[in-house]
Amino acid sequence: MTAARGLTEADLAELPSRRDEAWRWTDLGSLVREAIAPSAKFEAPVQAGGPFGSLRLDEIVIANGRLNWWPEGRLSKGLQLREHQTPEPPVMADDVPMARLAARNAVDPPVSILKFEGGEATAAVVRFVSRGDGAHHARLGVVVAPGVKAALLESYEGAGEGYFSNALLEIFVGEGASLERVVLVDDTAGSISASTAEVFLASKSSYAQCILTSGAKRQRSECRVEHPGGHASVRLDGVYLLGGKAHADITTVVTHAGVDGATDQLTKGVVDGQARGVFQGRIVVQPGADRTDAKMGHHALILSDRGEVDAKPELEIFADDISCAHGNTVGALDEDALFYAMQRGLPEADAKAMLTQAFVGEVIDRIEHEGAREVARRWAAQQLGAAHDL
Amino acid sequence: MSSMLSIKDLHAAVDGKPILNGLTLELPAGEVHAIMGPNGAGKSTLSYVLTGRSGYEVTGGSVTLNGEDLLALDPAERASRGVFLSFQYPLEIPGVPALTFLRTALNAQRKSRGEAEIAAPAFLKLVREEAARLKIDFEMLRRALNVGFSGGEKKRMEILQMAILAPRLAILDETDSGLDIDALRIVSDGVNAMRGPDRSMLVITHYQRLLDYIRPDKVHVLAAGRIAATGGPELALQLEREGYDKYGAAAA
Repeated sequence: MTAARGLTEADLAELPSRRDEAWRWTDLGSLVREAIAPSAKFEAPVQAGGPFGSLRLDEIVIANGRLNWWPEGRLSKGLQLREHQTPEPPVMADDVPMARLAARNAVDPPVSILKFEGGEATAAVVRFVSRGDGAHHARLGVVVAPGVKAALLESYEGAGEGYFSNALLEIFVGEGASLERVVLVDDTAGSISASTAEVFLASKSSYAQCILTSGAKRQRSECRVEHPGGHASVRLDGVYLLGGKAHADITTVVTHAGVDGATDQLTKGVVDGQARGVFQGRIVVQPGADRTDAKMGHHALILSDRGEVDAKPELEIFADDISCAHGNTVGALDEDALFYAMQRGLPEADAKAMLTQAFVGEVIDRIEHEGAREVARRWAAQQLGAAHDL
Repeated sequence: MSSMLSIKDLHAAVDGKPILNGLTLELPAGEVHAIMGPNGAGKSTLSYVLTGRSGYEVTGGSVTLNGEDLLALDPAERASRGVFLSFQYPLEIPGVPALTFLRTALNAQRKSRGEAEIAAPAFLKLVREEAARLKIDFEMLRRALNVGFSGGEKKRMEILQMAILAPRLAILDETDSGLDIDALRIVSDGVNAMRGPDRSMLVITHYQRLLDYIRPDKVHVLAAGRIAATGGPELALQLEREGYDKYGAAAA
């Protein structure tokens, strides 16, 4: 067993800060000034459950950065978990400081690799559980074999005051395979957390994700996709529902390297109190990646005077004959619709909850995994204080 | 006189500009009154003041519903007291199926009145009956409220909501606008079916046509923010012939 690592003095110097353009709205460097001790190891397995618990799927628990529990020897057919002691460095490490930190500091095991090989297991749950006030890093590889369809339901479950949590996922989707990733991020208000997914796609594959988050003290959910074109398709969605002083940053970078690729993005957010939502979406279409079809939408509602939304959609296009569309709106709740609902008898708070839930419902409706979609819907209703499921 | 709705010397302004200038009106229980008037006379302002829309500032006078001060209540409270507005331009509510919207509204009103929620089967039965009467395809009610609906469909949806919510005071704001003759007949039949001793209606319209279908007990002419004349149904016909000129429409 390797000694756990938290955040050392040397690590501090590598934390991204507002001096880095990609982190200007999510400054970790100025927030974390001192080294943080490693998070304590859990003495016992985390109880089964979590937000996707009711779906009764194979469950892998990573607690404070360590593989805590998984149904060893009893995994559903077609699912494999391996513990890997000598991992390669992450491919994108140079660009992504948090991924580099995670790769350097993850231990016990340095990386777990979850593989969907086809068969009865078409979905699995991975729970990243954080407790206490230390720092921890986790690294997980996810492999979907060629032709296999799979869903990864991922939860971040925080308890305690001010932990620092950093996760790296490297995802490989084989030729003709598909992966849908639904991520429910439930960090504590005092925590700092980052999660980076690096996604590599083969031709004719598809990758879809939906990040659902209620924010943290400072939080980044980042996804970087190497898009080969070749009739592969990508959907990157997100929902952030923030109140109090929460901060959530959803950042995506999709690099189209080959012809005939499609990317479709829709992120919606609702910000109340003094919360801050950040959306950065970048689509790069490299020279030769002709006939790329890319769509990006980000729409946010600000419900309070002191809420803030920062958005940066970027399309960098170096190819011909492509179709790229993007839309970005930030506004208040539609007063006319609010009056209409109240005129029908809905008290103001209920009317707002109903309208905001409907607003983000458009994103949640795009989740294909039925069970996960219902979990997401209930989560949104609960976050928004809605009286009814829509 | 036992009025359901009593409006006394009502003054109201929008963006500081006076629109209603001493409007007085008594609407007894069970009666249907038409409010007619030229554009800019304050007809829609009256409907929004009665329902409590923000931006419509009451600067004087009083409004009571069965003796209760309506102006002290927020829009939702007024709705649960039985005030319903059929909008001239019904809103589209993306993401909220019409059925869900209706059930949520009905249950919110019932809760506010201390009544139990309506059970799903009873609710669906009620909606099916009323939708059939208004020739609304039930499947349409599973779609987001008013999104992609035609003008006529939206107006029928308004009347369906009115039928389900069963208000004591219904305000119909230009319900005839945008309706062809068949839709007008369906909508009017729906409204007429709801007439009763415990329900009053204010029918706001620019044209007399609607009043051929919904026969009012009284007709009021609204001009320059106050009631300029009151009469029977024959007043509407007179207005149709002579126009609003003699009520100073040009000034409005």
